[in-house]
Amino acid sequence: MRIIYIIWLRQIKRYFRARARIIGSLGQPLLFLLAIGFGFGPIFQKAGQGNYIQFITPGIIAMSILFTSIFSGTEVIWEKQFGFLKETLVAPVSRSLIMIGRTLGSATVASLQGIIVLAISSAIGFRIQNYALLPVSLVFMFLISLFFTSLGTAIGSMLEDMQGFQLIMNFLVMPLFFLSGSLFPLDNAPKALKIIAALDPLTYGVDGLRGTLINMTQYGLSIDLLVLSVLTIIFVAIGSYLFSKIQI
Amino acid sequence: MNDHIIIQVDNLTKKFNGLVAVDDISFSVEEGEIFAFLGPNGAGKTTTIKMLTTLLLPTSGKLMLNDYDVLSDKSNVRSSFGIVFQDPSLDDQLTAYENMQYHAVLYHVPSNLQKQRIKELLMFVELWDRRNSLVKTFSGGMKRRLEIARGFLHHPRVLFLDEPTLGLDPQTRKHIWDYVKDLNQKENTTVFFTTHYIEEAEQVANKVAIIDYGKIIALGNPLELQEKTKATSLEEAFLKLTGKEIREENAAPADIMRTMMRGRIGRH
Repeated sequence: MRIIYIIWLRQIKRYFRARARIIGSLGQPLLFLLAIGFGFGPIFQKAGQGNYIQFITPGIIAMSILFTSIFSGTEVIWEKQFGFLKETLVAPVSRSLIMIGRTLGSATVASLQGIIVLAISSAIGFRIQNYALLPVSLVFMFLISLFFTSLGTAIGSMLEDMQGFQLIMNFLVMPLFFLSGSLFPLDNAPKALKIIAALDPLTYGVDGLRGTLINMTQYGLSIDLLVLSVLTIIFVAIGSYLFSKIQI
Repeated sequence: MNDHIIIQVDNLTKKFNGLVAVDDISFSVEEGEIFAFLGPNGAGKTTTIKMLTTLLLPTSGKLMLNDYDVLSDKSNVRSSFGIVFQDPSLDDQLTAYENMQYHAVLYHVPSNLQKQRIKELLMFVELWDRRNSLVKTFSGGMKRRLEIARGFLHHPRVLFLDEPTLGLDPQTRKHIWDYVKDLNQKENTTVFFTTHYIEEAEQVANKVAIIDYGKIIALGNPLELQEKTKATSLEEAFLKLTGKEIREENAAPADIMRTMMRGRIGRH
């Protein structure tokens, strides 16, 4: 327990000490929120879908969590060559404990990032519909964070250098984001898109966040929670297996 | 020095996609020795250290460290050694003290001993005054000293040093070897190191192994090697044994990333 705690604590300390990075990583979600949110807002409204800022805020929260999590997961690639991780890997501690500590730390950081985006959105006009469900939305944020950090860790454990990283961004992270229904409603989308979206884990995260924050859900909160929880358990296991097989 | 063998390597081989990096080497290191592992670039030094420290699995061979089997008894082996890597492996965003504390927890140093040991070691490498500074504000030499202090924190029986003095000025290099020799004598810690500065091996090591093309081509104390090759210095002996041509080494992922890292600002 002490070991998981100290690894977790390290991630948290790093986060709060790198203020420039916090601000830097908020740039992208903020840009999406302002440019797309206000840009498409009037059209969305005209199409009879209501307030677009209300609609995309959960999507943008999910996006910022997705990027932060995948990124800190794949940081394994850097860390196993240079950073601290190398030192940790020769310690007399089970690799699974190290992976779990690291993943919990990164997931906490990603969730904090999500909370900051939620706060900023509220400042520019987003309204939480049901405060009673806010704790549940935090659970969703944490689940999304855990899932994608594990996925990132799994990928980072397999890659030798950063050359594959661009590939992951373009062929995994971007599609995960754009196909998740973060930016558009899925109910009137073409069937093919609906099917693809249903296969995208982030869809359930976005849907869960919408359900808890603005009372609007496609699949229902229990389905969202179930799918995400099961996937998270599977990927923590896969990530921790691949992490324990790291050779340098 | 007693006769207890602390590192025993038998018929160790490592192949990467058919390329033989380490080719059937055998050697042993006695407890309390300072053992230098020399060789040109790409000779197999770092690969051997990685296998001894459980970071890499050998293709074949047997490895024993502190009487534990490196392949099957990883946890005991990991408790038995400390290591200073070629690339700094400190957390820049943590203070010197926090880096030490993290290590102490991972190595199960009892809580009541932690404070005292961290203080002793930081005083020893003359970093106690800077204990609350973030490591990113440290010079290369200070980071190295901190890593050496950290490597000793759990009282390892063997300390591995992979190019510990690379890129440091002569003053710092001398300092670092003074600490290492001092700790070697006080604690009877075995030291296993690689270096490109052969005069360091000559001054510090009790025993030297020269590895080239994955094979050990000479083994003995520095004077024996000089006599055997009729050389006037260990460096000359080294050149006679390994030839004068420059070794071209294909860049490994670490090298590629090291280059990338130099171009990056504000990370690690």
